[in-house]
Amino acid sequence: MIEAVGLTKRYGDKTAVHNLSFQVRPGMVTGFLGPNGSGKSTTMRMILGLDNPTAGHVTISGHPYRRLPNAARHVGALLDAKAVHGGRSARNHLLSLAQLSGIPPRRVDEVLGVVGLQDVAKRRSKGFSLGMGQRLGIAAALLGDPQVLLFDEPVNGLDPEGILWVRNLMRSLAAEGRTVFVSSHLMSEMALTADHLVVIGRGQLLSDMSVRDFISANSADFARVRTPEGDQQQREKLSSALTEAGGHVLPEQSGALRVTGLPLPRISDLAHSAGVRLWELSPHQASLEEAYMRMTQGAVDYRSTTDQKAGFQQPLPPGALPPGPVPGQGQPGWYAPPPPQQFAPGQPGQPPAGPYGAPTPAGAPPNPYAQPAPPAPQGTPGAQGQAAPNPYAAPAQPPAAPQQPTAESAEPAPPAADAVASASVPADLTKRDSEDNR
Amino acid sequence: MSTPQLPMPQQAAPAPSWHTAPGASYTSPIPVVRTHLGHAIASEWTKIRTVRSTIWTIGVFLFLVFGLGLLFTFVVAASDEELGGDSALPLGFAGVLPGSICVITLGVLTTASEYGTGLIRTTMTACPGRGRVLVSKSIVFFTLAFVVTLVATSLVALFQVSILEGHGGRQPTGGEWLKATVGISLYVALLGLLSLLVGSVIRHSAGAITLMIGLVLAPLVIALFLFSSSLEGVRQAMFEYSIPNQLSIFYDNSLSRSGPDGWDPLWIVLGVTAVAFAGAYALLEKRDV
Repeated sequence: MIEAVGLTKRYGDKTAVHNLSFQVRPGMVTGFLGPNGSGKSTTMRMILGLDNPTAGHVTISGHPYRRLPNAARHVGALLDAKAVHGGRSARNHLLSLAQLSGIPPRRVDEVLGVVGLQDVAKRRSKGFSLGMGQRLGIAAALLGDPQVLLFDEPVNGLDPEGILWVRNLMRSLAAEGRTVFVSSHLMSEMALTADHLVVIGRGQLLSDMSVRDFISANSADFARVRTPEGDQQQREKLSSALTEAGGHVLPEQSGALRVTGLPLPRISDLAHSAGVRLWELSPHQASLEEAYMRMTQGAVDYRSTTDQKAGFQQPLPPGALPPGPVPGQGQPGWYAPPPPQQFAPGQPGQPPAGPYGAPTPAGAPPNPYAQPAPPAPQGTPGAQGQAAPNPYAAPAQPPAAPQQPTAESAEPAPPAADAVASASVPADLTKRDSEDNR
Repeated sequence: MSTPQLPMPQQAAPAPSWHTAPGASYTSPIPVVRTHLGHAIASEWTKIRTVRSTIWTIGVFLFLVFGLGLLFTFVVAASDEELGGDSALPLGFAGVLPGSICVITLGVLTTASEYGTGLIRTTMTACPGRGRVLVSKSIVFFTLAFVVTLVATSLVALFQVSILEGHGGRQPTGGEWLKATVGISLYVALLGLLSLLVGSVIRHSAGAITLMIGLVLAPLVIALFLFSSSLEGVRQAMFEYSIPNQLSIFYDNSLSRSGPDGWDPLWIVLGVTAVAFAGAYALLEKRDV
């Protein structure tokens, strides 16, 4: 059992992990999820006593890691598959680790067999592929036959067969009663492997619940409604009718609407009474991956922006609109809203509460991320990701050559109605979720 | 693992659907032994003998000590000039000075390469007693460096004395033998150990090697160009305490007659290494790996 209480790590004025509390229980696989740079590896290092926490503490079976008697026999860890001396053979690498912990040398050959590296055991690990390196790292973690196992991104670089093997390995290790803590940024992988999920973003706990609860709490059903193409009026009319009836409407890139909070027949009735024809009315369920992305979208540190090539392109022809960013994940309004019963229209800019939804106790250190959330998205896709204003968005479009290729791929700018619709979605769904799910 | 779930200040309620009771646990059939320094020394010995940099640095060291030491001996033997009552041992200095650079390199690599590759995290996870890792590295490296240097310098000294016996070479006294073999070996091994500790502090191979080579060569070279008479004292001290001069003291051919003498260089390097060890140990315990 791993137990973290109020774990905090600061590097200078950068907070990598803030007030993180969670438990990892034996007998199951616990997934540790979060975007790049969210503090997963830092947390792992603190669990293993490599980094000293700035505040809080973490124990394994009741002891801080560095106080464990023969830690390597109790805890096995894969932190970084590249963390080997490339000039040493796989077998000698494992042998030195075995000797350090008083593990009989024949155990080395056993784990080499377990990970399937027995044929390359005498080869220098410099020549190993990413997947072979990952297997060697897993072998090192299994060497002490420990009851607690930590794996940081174990499937990186593995082929599909290897991914399946790791998945089954994790599950069988947990089935033996061991504590298995696996970090990943792949929700889809964790959905298949883990029983329990700890999700962090920007170093803070976003969610700590079983996979089953996570799915039921976060994978929202929604209806996709499509009105006749090119008829903005009908679309806006339906949009406002649905909103009035208590539904939540999100425009999609394709021109369709995502509606939540209203059953399908009710949407049909509303459209009928508003006199709007429908081209599509279909039920959908957001995937778990989408739910995870939505949960963490406010906490993503490294988000791509549109490749603007400012100043390198010929000016756009008059009337042509700049190409939008590639439609997809990470853009405001792209994800389905949370399930309606959890959806409280609300105070954008409200500071996120502490982990577990409890209000930050008085006297607790101030939350470094508690500055007001950015203003609600204004409907322009990618607005959040773009710090600098799009140079092509300047009102005066200079005349230019008509054969500008980008003009063809240009998409129409989202109409004002969209902006209104998505502006009604609170900016920070993430934090509200973690509160309401308690 | 039946640790009861402690009520945590911010946890509202435990998630309801944990599959297994927290009582489930796993016990390994492999007996758990209590680890001690001996395990760490065995591990470090495996590490140092299984990388090629060890073979290379020691190979070059032996080549330099034997090659240069014997080359100069043969030159003296071939010339008409007689040694004139001097001992043949000081000729060994020519090989030991460049050879010490190899020992320095190996010392730095013993620690810094683990930081370069990230292996240190694996090591420190397997052995959270960080001091034990540093101590075992120091013991293994020092022993290796001392034994290799002792064998090399002793063999070279034997060759030199026997070759130059008929060329006016005086038979060295027992004290001279001891200084030119055991003394110089202790000094070179301690210099390597100092490099190992510097590598542990700096955590960067190239940086630490550069620093150590600078430490060996810079004072002497700078002193050569200090012409101002008001700096005469500084110049003299830099000559006398420069590492090449300290090495040559073991062969009784110091640059000057004042300054360190006899076994003094050994005490100097011992003191510096002890201070470096304390610093490296404290930093290792305190810093994040």
